[in-house]
Amino acid sequence: MSTETPTTTEVATPAPGDAATKKTLGIGFWICIGWLLVMVFIAVFATRLPIPDPKFNFIEPGQAGPSKGPSAAHWFGTDKDARDVFARTVYGSRVSLTVGFIAIAFGMFVGGTLGILAGFFRGWIDRIFSFMFLVLLSFPSLVLAIMLTALLDRKLFTISMILGVLAVAPVGRLARATTMQYADREFVIAARSLGAKNKRIIIRELLPNVAIPMSALALLGMAVAIVAEGGLAFLGLSVERSITWGGMIQLGSDSSKTLQNQPWIAFFPIGVLFLTVFALNFAGDRVRTYFDVKEISL
Amino acid sequence: MSELQTEMRQEHQPLLEVTDLRTHFRTERGLVRAVDGVSLTLERGKCLGIVGESGSGKTVLSRSLMGLLPSSNTVTSGSVKFEGKEILGLPSKQMRRLWGREMSMVFQNPMTSLNPLMKIGQQIAEPLNLHLDMSRADARATAERLLRDVRIPEAARRLDQYPHELSGGMRQRAMIAIALACGPTLLFADEPTTALDVTVQAQILQLIGEQRRDRNMSVVLVTHDLGVVAGHTDEIAVMYGGKLVEKAPTSVLFAHMKMPYTMSLMRSIPKLEDPSHTRLATIPGRPPDLVHPPKGCRFAPRCAYARDKCITEEPPLRQAEDPNHSYACWYPVGSPEFNQREAELNSGAVPVTLEAR
Repeated sequence: MSTETPTTTEVATPAPGDAATKKTLGIGFWICIGWLLVMVFIAVFATRLPIPDPKFNFIEPGQAGPSKGPSAAHWFGTDKDARDVFARTVYGSRVSLTVGFIAIAFGMFVGGTLGILAGFFRGWIDRIFSFMFLVLLSFPSLVLAIMLTALLDRKLFTISMILGVLAVAPVGRLARATTMQYADREFVIAARSLGAKNKRIIIRELLPNVAIPMSALALLGMAVAIVAEGGLAFLGLSVERSITWGGMIQLGSDSSKTLQNQPWIAFFPIGVLFLTVFALNFAGDRVRTYFDVKEISL
Repeated sequence: MSELQTEMRQEHQPLLEVTDLRTHFRTERGLVRAVDGVSLTLERGKCLGIVGESGSGKTVLSRSLMGLLPSSNTVTSGSVKFEGKEILGLPSKQMRRLWGREMSMVFQNPMTSLNPLMKIGQQIAEPLNLHLDMSRADARATAERLLRDVRIPEAARRLDQYPHELSGGMRQRAMIAIALACGPTLLFADEPTTALDVTVQAQILQLIGEQRRDRNMSVVLVTHDLGVVAGHTDEIAVMYGGKLVEKAPTSVLFAHMKMPYTMSLMRSIPKLEDPSHTRLATIPGRPPDLVHPPKGCRFAPRCAYARDKCITEEPPLRQAEDPNHSYACWYPVGSPEFNQREAELNSGAVPVTLEAR
């Protein structure tokens, strides 16, 4: 942006993003985003990558046990059924990321809509929605998830939706609080005084402002959803007949002997899960601080 | 003949006619009488200043005139006629036809009255788009012209800037441009200069005055600063505790103010000719509790000239020598009782006591 010499006595304040004071998201943020992009890439192109078939049993005649440690052929080793752990980790990212994404997308859409409506209209709408959030938050979420998976089927979409429902309340509360904060700002009254309808005020004036803190929560929420899916899979309640990180961890830690003798079976999926969740949390946190600072200088 | 008469009547019809407007808020503490029986008229092209301390009800007055208060806990009564039509209590669906096109508002704080995430150009173009059905290109051209009208340099470049890239004065100018976009006949300016520094204040007021003359627009200028309204209004209404306590044409008011409250407001403006370190005159006490307002004159507990009658009986709004000048006070400035007390105060015979009821 070019800074020209102002022509009147009123000098435009330098944008809070100029030169020395420039706030950046930091290198850590971009490393995390890089890791996440790699994860998304391998999830999308898993079938096209030059990796072994994750369901193939690499049993060689004359070998003692089916499970072997990391080697050049099998980077992360093989599990008890002699399947390639690396390939399975790659394929497992598909379920984890899909579940995380759909869950938080659903939570954002439903929770965000309800929260903004509650915060904007207040009154009885707010009372009903807030009570709903309260009820949802009061359920022990893992118990609710276990219960629902037991009652419903265990398809990818169902699991995602169950976790999505659990995301509605926290997202909704944030959306409601942020909306209330902005709905009292004068620019909303100004828009109304210019003849804007409620719909226009919500979409044009409030939504963009509410979206900023929501974007930070989206990253954090996705991390929570991925962990929750891992937890369900560990309990054997996640998506049926597909490879998930949680399922792999469960397989690798079904007894203390397995963990002691073949630690790689559980270690690699745990490591990747950890890094992914950490990256999401870190990035979400950075986004939040980044916009917080901006808010103050406004 | 009769047509001509109605036309004649419309010619003389004031733009805004307010009769006994009351705006009360239901709260947990009880009914807050924020505006309590205000009547005033505003002619086309004139500027009315509404003056009072914080909490005197001036902002609530301007917002209830415009119908911008939330309906849930607000009780309004009385009458607000805009161009002869009753607009008080109209549902927002019908008010929307007036908002922006017929009346609009400039707010106190330009830091919060602009959407931080929308470019200036977009914010001006939106009402044009919405109300006047302008195409995007037309709206942009008009927005640029408006920015030039409000003396923003490099208007074309500002269109694509965000509010945080402009200074406070510039933002207030942009806000005025937005308010003026659809050519309203009535502009409310709610403390438009309070958040700005003094040099910019004068420019903004001058700008509002210019635009008023150019567009033959009426302006309601709400402020706590008598100095601000002095040079920029045709008429001044002084509010205290939700009531109008004095109303007069600007020149008459400054020459013959009747209400001790107006006088106190006047005295609280620091004067250039005062020697340095002169103690600034203030009005002791606080604005009245609007849930349980004082029984008599609402200013009586803080008024150095108050007598027993002031505390027990509420003074009505009565006419002064000038037919356009009215005030609500039992012992106005210049009355024998007032002069007597003034002499006592000056001689130090009577200590200035504050009636703590």
